[in-house]
Amino acid sequence: MSDLSIFDLNPAAGAKPESPLAMTRVTVATVASAANAGVVVREHAFLGHLILRGRASDPAFCAGVEQALGLPLPLKMGPLSRDEARGVSLQWMSPDEWLVIVPAGSEFATEKRLREALTGHYAVMNVSGGQTVLELSGPAVREVLMKCTPYDVHPGHFPVGKAVSSVFAKSTAIIRRVAEDRWELVIRRSFADYLFRWVLDASEEFGVHVVQ
Amino acid sequence: MLHIYCPYCEEYREEEEFRPKGEAHIARPAEPEATSDEAWGDYLFFRKNPRGLHHEQWYHAAGCRKFFNATRDTVSYQILETYKAGQQPTVSAAASGKKVAK
Repeated sequence: MSDLSIFDLNPAAGAKPESPLAMTRVTVATVASAANAGVVVREHAFLGHLILRGRASDPAFCAGVEQALGLPLPLKMGPLSRDEARGVSLQWMSPDEWLVIVPAGSEFATEKRLREALTGHYAVMNVSGGQTVLELSGPAVREVLMKCTPYDVHPGHFPVGKAVSSVFAKSTAIIRRVAEDRWELVIRRSFADYLFRWVLDASEEFGVHVVQ
Repeated sequence: MLHIYCPYCEEYREEEEFRPKGEAHIARPAEPEATSDEAWGDYLFFRKNPRGLHHEQWYHAAGCRKFFNATRDTVSYQILETYKAGQQPTVSAAASGKKVAK
């Protein structure tokens, strides 16, 4: 026998082996009723997401957007323009880019209204298929977010109505605080599966209820 | 971790949201056809690597996805200022009295 060191790769009894597909078999213990849950997770699927580009310094552009959407155009990071009753929101993404979210089915009509109201150098792109909205509500949501993102979600720094794009669970997400205990995550399609499982896992300790 | 001020988001954000993108203020030769091979090679491949103040580009990858510039001390890692793309730095090695190794 050679003097090469070898060892048994199979661990001794007691150690739990994990297959490369272990994450697909993870079952998170959920709470049956939303009333007892620390976190209630709900997907708002198939909403209309539009990316709007244009010059914020152009008054005609700002007026056109306001006329088409009935919401003022936010000109800096943070405050979200939102009309809960109509289900329309307008968020600053960068100095020349905004995210418009409208109710399911109304994205094409919204795009046409924007194109009628705007002239000159602008762009409207329907990205509805590329992302989805996950709503988190309940008393423990802030604690879950603190486990997920380096962004400061303290009420003093993250008031109701603020919206930011940041690192979320090593991926990225748009984090929006729409009410005192209600937050929205806008997540990318390719990360949706991972982020959904991450949110459930992070929420398990507080009691999580998933609205089907 | 560092807190870096994004001049577009107008807020300090975690370093994790950013990506460093190398030296700033590199001007592309106006007439590439008339530029010597050596000058073109310098433009494409050669970068400063100072010990001291350095003007560099950063990218706010997880936030507004804009490029901006930062003046950073490569010894202490202190970021002295950040400013928008297209703007000039207000802090420079000459003005601060710090020596920049050649």
